[in-house]
Amino acid sequence: MMLSKGLKRKREEDEEGKEALAVDTWWLDPGHPAMAQAPPAMASSSLFDLSVLKLHHSLRQSEPDLQHLVLVVNTLWRIQTCMALTAALPPMPSLPTAPGIADNLLASSDASLSASMASLLEDLSHIEGLSQAPQPLVDEGPPGRPTGGAPPSLGALDLLGPATGCLLDDGLEGLFEDTDTSVYDSELWAPASEGHKSSPEDGPGKEEAPELDEAELDYLMDVLVGIQALERPPGPGR
Amino acid sequence: MIPGIGAFTWDTLWCFSQVKGTMETGTTEADIISTVEFNHTGELLATGDKGGRVVIFQREQESKNQVHRRGEYNVYSTFQSHEPEFDYLKSLEIEEKINKIRWLPQQNAAYFLLSTNDKTVKLWKVSERDKRPEGYNLKDEEGRLRDPATITTLRVPVLRPMDLMVEATPRRVFANAHTYHINSISVNSDYETYMSADDLRINLWNFEITNQSFNIVDIKPANMEELTEVITAAEFHPHHCNTFVYSSSKGTIRLCDMRASALCDRHTKFFEEPEDPSNRSFFSEIISSISDVKFSHSGRYIMTRDYLTVKVWDLNMENRPIETYQVHDYLRSKLCSLYENDCIFDKFECVWNGSDSVIMTGSYNNFFRMFDRNTKRDVTLEASRENSKPRAILKPRKVCVGGKRRKDEISVDSLDFSKKILHTAWHPSENIIAVAATNNLYIFQDKVN
Repeated sequence: MMLSKGLKRKREEDEEGKEALAVDTWWLDPGHPAMAQAPPAMASSSLFDLSVLKLHHSLRQSEPDLQHLVLVVNTLWRIQTCMALTAALPPMPSLPTAPGIADNLLASSDASLSASMASLLEDLSHIEGLSQAPQPLVDEGPPGRPTGGAPPSLGALDLLGPATGCLLDDGLEGLFEDTDTSVYDSELWAPASEGHKSSPEDGPGKEEAPELDEAELDYLMDVLVGIQALERPPGPGR
Repeated sequence: MIPGIGAFTWDTLWCFSQVKGTMETGTTEADIISTVEFNHTGELLATGDKGGRVVIFQREQESKNQVHRRGEYNVYSTFQSHEPEFDYLKSLEIEEKINKIRWLPQQNAAYFLLSTNDKTVKLWKVSERDKRPEGYNLKDEEGRLRDPATITTLRVPVLRPMDLMVEATPRRVFANAHTYHINSISVNSDYETYMSADDLRINLWNFEITNQSFNIVDIKPANMEELTEVITAAEFHPHHCNTFVYSSSKGTIRLCDMRASALCDRHTKFFEEPEDPSNRSFFSEIISSISDVKFSHSGRYIMTRDYLTVKVWDLNMENRPIETYQVHDYLRSKLCSLYENDCIFDKFECVWNGSDSVIMTGSYNNFFRMFDRNTKRDVTLEASRENSKPRAILKPRKVCVGGKRRKDEISVDSLDFSKKILHTAWHPSENIIAVAATNNLYIFQDKVN
């Protein structure tokens, strides 16, 4: 499911299509001040890459800044829409960009990006479900801030691994430092896959893992990362 | 312009008064000031930092012998408000950084303030003790219990003077009500309730009740895929206890009336300015995101700060602001670079002076700006150690946007974007301002003739 475009609401709104065109084709105007600095296609693609990097960095945070995340995502959508319109228009001979760059970017990123952003924001909703449990008292907290040796977060954002390997290039090895992950080896997290789990490889010297089918692996992963719907009573005052 | 103390005229000259903080070049992250707030009388000035500490300064009594020198602010109390926490359930660190401090009106000898980090609000009582009781019957001078069998006479304990001691004690802890990061707290004019706002929700609290809060705004969509907007700031009306406003990342302000419904999802008024087509860019939404919203003292106006401007809105006109002030428009052509280094997401605050005639906000290179609403004139000043001689008059600064740079101007490319003035405060009745520059707190006063 696609995210909404996050376009700024305008007071004089016509049909959505008109509004989208009015908002997102301004960059085709060579005289537009914002486009004076770089050719449109280059500006769009470099900004797109930068925005994806920012999104990636934000996803790596244990608890991302929601405002930052939403603004970056909305900006990405703006850029992506512009690039889509560029790809739809006849090529401009004056631009030095290779043909189809926009298409390639869209082809490689659109589906995965959409899926990742959709999954991301959907998974953020599970944070609230987890928050209904009583919080530890301040006095009982650990002294000082946990060091890097502490187990990394199993927050909902880590669920993006299977769906979008391009956003979590390092894979999930670091998340389970003290867990035997041999049953979840590389084939499960292939970037091209869209959550499809293949059978695990048996690495040399590793214990033979019991044979698990895809459904059981999915179930185990869901339990580990807490994606199972937690039925909790409403919090106080709500 | 009403003359008198606290009046601001274009002849007002700002002088350096004090600077608090270390002069060392290497700044500890924990020492970075994250909020500044005068209390209602201006007698106290509180700062919060990233290390979770609160430092309260008190203004000393003005000396008749030194009429040219206003009372200085000296440290009154220092305490650790918030500690770093670890949420075991979600495996998340909770920063101890103090996001906001808000004072309660003083009702007795003690002072009360609210301080908050990302998740927990605390009510602190700051009180003085200059006497101690002596002559207990059941315990000795060290506080140890005495054997009742050894007590043969009774005496009345007496209060004896002692060195002044200021103690801060946490009186209430309001926790477990925010899933997302708290960005605002605001004390209601009824002095019984306050609100706390995070990215998606606003809760209403009673000061006496810590285990329950009422959700009054919830913009979390049923389907998180539809999330495109977050709450960025919120504040109660200064006089109408039923009214509050909250701003969003899309540059909108909603005014809500709690009498209309328990859940104020439907606003009473909606303030938004149409987008200027000539300034449209990929970053239009980011720079329109409102980082701060403040009611005027009169309650008639709202001031908002977005990345490049400060705007004043009349509550009676929703379709556009009545005033717009360019803070640093020379950055408009640099938005791409500022997006790359994340500076475009910096959250600047804005403040009114006591008479609502002047507004102030921060910028980069340790610059801060003042705008006179009546004369429409503005000034750029700098908070720096170089201008820190006592009563030194601050020289207005100017940024060169093109062409030949004059001797006393600074070019846009020379601005230091790591030196940002995000937090400022203005004394409620006098021309005294507090400016937080990283780990230093500067206090400036107008020149006393």
